[in-house]
Amino acid sequence: MIPVAFEYYRPKDMAGVLSLLEEHGDDARVMAGGHSLIPMMKLRMADVSHLIDLQDVDGMSEIEIDNDAIRIGAMVTQADIIDHPELAKVAPILREAALQIADPQVRYMGTVGGNVANGDPGNDMPGLMQCLDANFTVIGPDDEREIPARDFYEAAYMTAREDEEVLTAVTIPRPAGGYAYEKQKRKIGDYATAAAAVQIVKDGDKCASASIAMTNLSDTPIYSEAAGAALVGTSVDDAALTAAVAAMWGDIDPTEDNRGPVAFKNHVAGIILRRAIERAWSRA
Amino acid sequence: MKDDITRDERVENLKGMGCSRKRVEDARFTQGKGNYVDDIKLDGMLFGDFVRSPYAHARITNIDTAAALEVPGVIAVLTAADLAPLGLHWMPTLAGDKQMVLADSKVLFQGQEVAFVVAEDRYAAADGIEAVEVEYEELPVIVDPFDALKSDVVLREDTVGEDGKPTDGAHGPRKHHNHIFTWEAGDKDPTEEVIANAEVVAEETMYYHRTHPCPLETCGSVASMDKVNGKLTLWGTFQAPHAIRTIVSLISGIEEHNIRVISPDIGGGFGNKVGAYPGYVCSVVASIVTGKPVKWIEDRMDNLMTTAFARDYHMTGKISATKDGKITGLHCHVTADHGGFDACADPTKFPAGFMNICTGSYDIPTAYLEVDGVYTNKAPGGVSYRCSFRVTEAVYFIERMIEVLAIKLNMDAAELRRINFIKKEQFPYTAALGWEYDSGDYHTAWDKALETVDYNGLRAEQEQRVADFKAGKTRKLMGIGLSFFTEIVGAGPVKNCDILGLGMFDSCEIRIHPTGSAIARLGTISQGQGHATTFAQILASEIGLPADSITIEEGDTDTAPYGLGTYGSRSTPVAGAATAMAGRKIRAKAQMIAAYLLEVHDNDVEFDVDRFVVKGAPERFKTMKEIAFAAYNQAIPGVEPGLEAVSYYDPPNMTYPFGAYICVMDIDVDTGVPEIRRFYALDDCGTRINPMIIEGQVHGGLTEALAVALGQEIAYDDMGNCKTGTLMDFFLPTAWEVPNYETDYTVTPSPHHPIGAKGVGESPHVGGVPCFSNAVQDAFRPFGNTHTNMPHDHWRIWKTASDLGLHG
Ligand SMILES: Cc1cc2nc3c(=O)[nH]c(=O)nc-3n(C[C@H](O)[C@H](O)[C@H](O)COP(=O)(O)OP(=O)(O)OC[C@H]3O[C@@H](n4cnc5c(N)ncnc54)[C@H](O)[C@@H]3O)c2cc1C
Repeated sequence: MIPVAFEYYRPKDMAGVLSLLEEHGDDARVMAGGHSLIPMMKLRMADVSHLIDLQDVDGMSEIEIDNDAIRIGAMVTQADIIDHPELAKVAPILREAALQIADPQVRYMGTVGGNVANGDPGNDMPGLMQCLDANFTVIGPDDEREIPARDFYEAAYMTAREDEEVLTAVTIPRPAGGYAYEKQKRKIGDYATAAAAVQIVKDGDKCASASIAMTNLSDTPIYSEAAGAALVGTSVDDAALTAAVAAMWGDIDPTEDNRGPVAFKNHVAGIILRRAIERAWSRA
Repeated sequence: MKDDITRDERVENLKGMGCSRKRVEDARFTQGKGNYVDDIKLDGMLFGDFVRSPYAHARITNIDTAAALEVPGVIAVLTAADLAPLGLHWMPTLAGDKQMVLADSKVLFQGQEVAFVVAEDRYAAADGIEAVEVEYEELPVIVDPFDALKSDVVLREDTVGEDGKPTDGAHGPRKHHNHIFTWEAGDKDPTEEVIANAEVVAEETMYYHRTHPCPLETCGSVASMDKVNGKLTLWGTFQAPHAIRTIVSLISGIEEHNIRVISPDIGGGFGNKVGAYPGYVCSVVASIVTGKPVKWIEDRMDNLMTTAFARDYHMTGKISATKDGKITGLHCHVTADHGGFDACADPTKFPAGFMNICTGSYDIPTAYLEVDGVYTNKAPGGVSYRCSFRVTEAVYFIERMIEVLAIKLNMDAAELRRINFIKKEQFPYTAALGWEYDSGDYHTAWDKALETVDYNGLRAEQEQRVADFKAGKTRKLMGIGLSFFTEIVGAGPVKNCDILGLGMFDSCEIRIHPTGSAIARLGTISQGQGHATTFAQILASEIGLPADSITIEEGDTDTAPYGLGTYGSRSTPVAGAATAMAGRKIRAKAQMIAAYLLEVHDNDVEFDVDRFVVKGAPERFKTMKEIAFAAYNQAIPGVEPGLEAVSYYDPPNMTYPFGAYICVMDIDVDTGVPEIRRFYALDDCGTRINPMIIEGQVHGGLTEALAVALGQEIAYDDMGNCKTGTLMDFFLPTAWEVPNYETDYTVTPSPHHPIGAKGVGESPHVGGVPCFSNAVQDAFRPFGNTHTNMPHDHWRIWKTASDLGLHG
């Protein structure tokens, strides 16, 4: 559990970060909270010769809420999300999800930017951001661009972000309706056996729209458009729930690990999604 | 002379036995002021660490250390070739086997020590490790002991003689080259006959999975060889420092008086720190080679993957009874997976520990036990994880067999236990497998437990729940876990207990200082049990000086009397007894001094709390403080100056703590998630020295029981890769996963122990594992389940439900 020797940098601004990234290319990585990256370095699974700490770079630690959208700086920690009363009001699913990530010690360090940029299928925020249809702002040597969360994940640890780009913020349209983040895990500090993020809008007693994403059930988070569509227009009765679960099963592709075999994961994914939809619907 | 305080106040001031004295250790532990092995820093100290095998079974064709020696900061790289001339490439294990210190031309498990890189610091050592080039030739891997006994593959070359036949092992002939020993207890033929002719027989096969004690502090050592005076000082995570000193002397040839072994603060042991590890030996050799102190500290993965595991017992049982539930016979066979070397830490004559306590708390007239130890390509160990030697396995076995028999008889499992308990008047009771239980009152404890939890009410609720489940009103089942355990602790009588020929007595040496305070040193070593607190309480009551005026010191072989260390709940039963006995020697001398000072005959004074008083004239007395001073300043005819005593205590028997545990659990059939609603634990550990410490020990032991029953596991894939080498996959419960525990007690003192105490540190683990497991099993019992194996993690519980058709 000893990393290979590395150079440590702590630039004061984004220009400094970008120039280091340009200079060292593949050999450089940015570090936010370090709670995914440092363990990988200690296991010598990530070989980072030039480590660029983002802690001193300004402008990435704010949570801004306006009439249409919420902008969360990349360096906002999971604990910040939990402790923000206004955010808890306008987008309560963020708090509900953040409370199910790891433990308080990890949440004081782990950031939203690091969680979504990491690309680990076990991370909870990528699925959550897909459910909320977030956009990620990344800045590179030449320009800044927006990448929809739903287009960001390509494979485990492979994302649409280029090596020389830094993720600076996550922007979420203000969510409407009922919400739920449901996660099954073996213990505190564990990644999901299965997790579901659900946001539902109710019109009369029918479902007007629904957005559903699943976590740790494929090598990327799974935004299941079909599962959401299965609920729209229904009264979210048992038949609709069954249809949504069946649609979700068509999208996920879990693998066996210490949490259990594939049949178990599929089953639990169905149960977790059902519970998430029911809870979200009861809040819609 | 008159007192200004009452007798009760004098008793209170002593903080002796029975009082919940606050732990004196906590001030330093809670402020980060402990002194663990890794806190030891010496001038010029080097750091050593291992190149470990990525393969579970492979031949080593070449080790090239040249590149590693080029790494800045690397001083030396040791391999088996360097140790062989010293005869140190193999070392004896506590089980009579031998173990490679560094891989001698092959490796037998993943993570095995291949080379030892010594560097200026741990960073350079880590880089050096990467630069060592080892060429492996993979060999067929065996991870299943039943496969091992059928396989032509020879795991250990030393198990095959020149005639091609299996050699004899340390405990007799081998049945196969991968077989280590057979150990039997009881009567085979009569047992088989009773079972063959019985009215009812229940049979079950169960696997008690491999797990690991996982102390928070991993293993480590610091060796410092002073070449000028020839003295070796070895600090380490040793649960038995004196035994380590003797072993080091035997294998290194350094005379024992030139070796000083020190166990500083130890951050939990739970059996993991009883044995001797290659790291200890390599740190010593490296210090001799380099002339500098050398530290070795495991990381978490090293600890989980390579240092001693626990359990891994495949158990098959048959239990017979009359139609109305009186048990008539018990048959148990165990296939024990010991990994690549037999490195169990058991008394020498007991290669399967005290597995022969597996008749449990029941009056079973006929029984037979047979254990076969087997080599596989897994890490060595087989230690007693928070239990006396293999007692957790034994109690799990019998407490499952009772449940299985109750199902077969269609009888309530609580009632089945009650009608088979050994009765109070039967003690001392000699069990069919040989042990003499010293004392017990099982019926009283059981009735108290059942009444407290309203057992009948719980069963009625469970019945309703089953009906609701069947009616589709709920998806949660309710399980009631029962367990009644008898432990066997305090190893042990020298006549039948030794480790490597060292009798398992223990010791205490006391010195009373002139001003009436004292220091006592013991042969044991606390790893969190609070010895400094409780042993001072025993002495306070015995010698009448306040516990706060008594320092307890352990773990330094240069100062402490010889003892066999702390594990198997032996400290209170053995060293605690030695403490009381040494205290009584002090008191006997104090009596003479008091009589002299009071100018009466020795027999005319008697001990009273903190003083000797003249019989019938309590206003004439000398306090122990006064007596202590007199011991150093008065010339008393016929009495030597000073006030000191030492006692080596060879216990006449083991002690047999027992308890009654009940767990109520709700299980989500769809997700496999169990929720513990209630846990009640009644412990009888005999005389209670410090109720608060007992409660703490019970909470800790139950938490480790919960871990083992519900998910904690060392698992391997078919290639012998360890799949659970980090705390992400190895379950260590946090406050979040742990339920509220209700503790209770009865008191049945040990008749042969000087203060009647029996030991408690391990009872909750021993009784807790079957209790949690029985709760899971009981939830599914109404649907046809008789037994499923632990660990009951989510997917396995889900699978049980699935196999029973509960997912529709
Ligand atoms: C014990 C434990 C349990 C955990 N359990 C969970 C869990 O249940 N659910 C969960 O979601 N997570 C869990 N985590 C992960 C935790 O939430 C991490 O903190 C998070 O995944 C990464 O955030 P970070 O700020 O620590 O990122 P880092 O570790 O600093 O970085 C992670 C990766 O993202 C890159 N990166 C970071 N910031 C940026 C940026 N602004 N732009 C571009 N790239 C960037 C880094 O280069 C690195 O590759 C757990 C971690 C631990 C140690």
